[in-house]
Amino acid sequence: MALNSLGREIPDSYAGKKLVPYRDPYSVSPEGNVATRALRRVNPGTSKRLSSLGEAIVASGLRDGMTIATHHALRNGDFLLNAIVAELAQLGLKGIWIASSSVHPVHAEIIPHIKSGVIAGFQCGVNGLIGEMASRGELSCPIVVRSHGGRARAIMEGSVKIDVAFIAAPCCDEYGNMNGYFGPSACGSLGYAQTDALFASCVVAVTDNLVPFPVVPISIPQTLVDYVVTVERLGDPAKIVSTTTRITTDPVGLQIATYASQVIEVSGLLKDGFSFQTGSGGISLAVADKVRGAMGRGGIKGSFGCGGITGYFVEMLEEGLFASLMDVQCFDQEAVRSIGRNLAHQEIGADFYANPFNGGAVVNRLDCVILGATEVDTSFNVNVNTESNGYLLHNTGGHSDTAAGAKLSIIVAPSIRGRLPIVKDRVTTVTTPGETIGVVVTERGIAVNGKHAELKEELVRRKLPVKEIGELQREICKITGTPRPLEFEDEVVAVVEYRDGSIIDAVRRVKG
Amino acid sequence: MKIVKKVQAGTLQSSDLMVFLAPAEALCVTIESTVQKQFGELIRAKVDEVLAQHGIEAGEVRITDRGALDYAIEARLETAIRRGTEV
Repeated sequence: MALNSLGREIPDSYAGKKLVPYRDPYSVSPEGNVATRALRRVNPGTSKRLSSLGEAIVASGLRDGMTIATHHALRNGDFLLNAIVAELAQLGLKGIWIASSSVHPVHAEIIPHIKSGVIAGFQCGVNGLIGEMASRGELSCPIVVRSHGGRARAIMEGSVKIDVAFIAAPCCDEYGNMNGYFGPSACGSLGYAQTDALFASCVVAVTDNLVPFPVVPISIPQTLVDYVVTVERLGDPAKIVSTTTRITTDPVGLQIATYASQVIEVSGLLKDGFSFQTGSGGISLAVADKVRGAMGRGGIKGSFGCGGITGYFVEMLEEGLFASLMDVQCFDQEAVRSIGRNLAHQEIGADFYANPFNGGAVVNRLDCVILGATEVDTSFNVNVNTESNGYLLHNTGGHSDTAAGAKLSIIVAPSIRGRLPIVKDRVTTVTTPGETIGVVVTERGIAVNGKHAELKEELVRRKLPVKEIGELQREICKITGTPRPLEFEDEVVAVVEYRDGSIIDAVRRVKG
Repeated sequence: MKIVKKVQAGTLQSSDLMVFLAPAEALCVTIESTVQKQFGELIRAKVDEVLAQHGIEAGEVRITDRGALDYAIEARLETAIRRGTEV
């Protein structure tokens, strides 16, 4: 057991791997070369078509203990991972690791296969019941939580070796060219799958929409694909976009959005060339809406909008407020339609988006990112992985990547959620280090990290409600009462990797 | 004072609570809360305080809390008590 620089207890090893405790956001240097895989040859006349997932698993050479991956662009509407795991069980395979880009609540269906040993563990974070059950000690499977950029890094450096990537391909031809733009399961960007296609030993395209050769535009080319399988349905289109992306109407949320947009205006970043990312939450979108107004009024032309793209950013692109969109994942149907239509709506892979170990990711070019938080502590560390009951319920997404990359990262969150104060002495789990967080905006006040002293002065001068983060915490706890700290066992149920591969925190089993 | 009829007050929305009261021989309080671990004792203390304020000596008090703040607990419980003690 070692303490990392944030005072978190990190086990020496986990799931058979030695762990490196987190030190700081920027100093870890990569070593060695990009991972490789075997060359291959496909001669003219060879068919890549296989008739079922089961046949594809056999053809791929998947054996006990190997690692598979899927992408999560179909979000909570995904049918593929459940179908694959059911086939693995059918074929009698054991000890398979899942290294998907994320796992959603819909994948609770695989829980019996974890219990029976078909699935050994997760080289990725999990959303929903699997993490909750692991936190309660009801499931025994190692979980290594990674950010989007961290996952791309782990695959590219070879610390996670994907044996077989199954890529849900909403629009695919018989030779494996694919995109996510069209078809009944259209999901837009296939950004997360691009890394898998490049590095997995075997790549299986799975489609419910086989179209005549060649698919254009091509997101993932035939040269990377070994097999093509057709299935009835890849997913439930109604749930592929799992959250409705709409601006909040809640007055608390709107107040937060107003403050956040004022912070952006005061920061001096809102000028020609401005680059911006928000999530799809109601408050984030309200901030985007206010920024859009400010850009329109000021005649400001931004350079790019980034991230999970929503219809909101599409409108800003089409209004000329942004020159381009850099899209690793589409969050709603508007974004899906746009990526097939707008040339300046650029699909990017997870490596390009957020990997810290390449020639420079898109997040490095962000001026401002709006992020959420389950908890923040008085050192500005942010938790989005565990809920305040201690259960591991959410994946990191691009949280720590964008916070590290952007000039200004702004956390927007209500000061109280169901009696729980947003600011704590110590967050339950550190997802994103405080050093990479600029400002925390709540409806009760704005806390500015010490490294942005000029911004803080300017906000005070403009009479915005700036408060020390400790002061904000005391004010909130006066209303909620002071929460009793949760109790944990020693047993580690998951580790949270920082984007550079060091371990920023460990999630422990909840007591009782 | 006694609870003389079955009543309820509140909602199950986040940051609210539902109070169920019913007649009983003795005072019996049960509380279930989304923030039991963090605030269980504070919630219990507030409920006891409001019951004492209104001199409730007998009745079944069942609370399902969704993270309500003290003032909401007070208001919902008082409403339920007024409804439940009306003859």
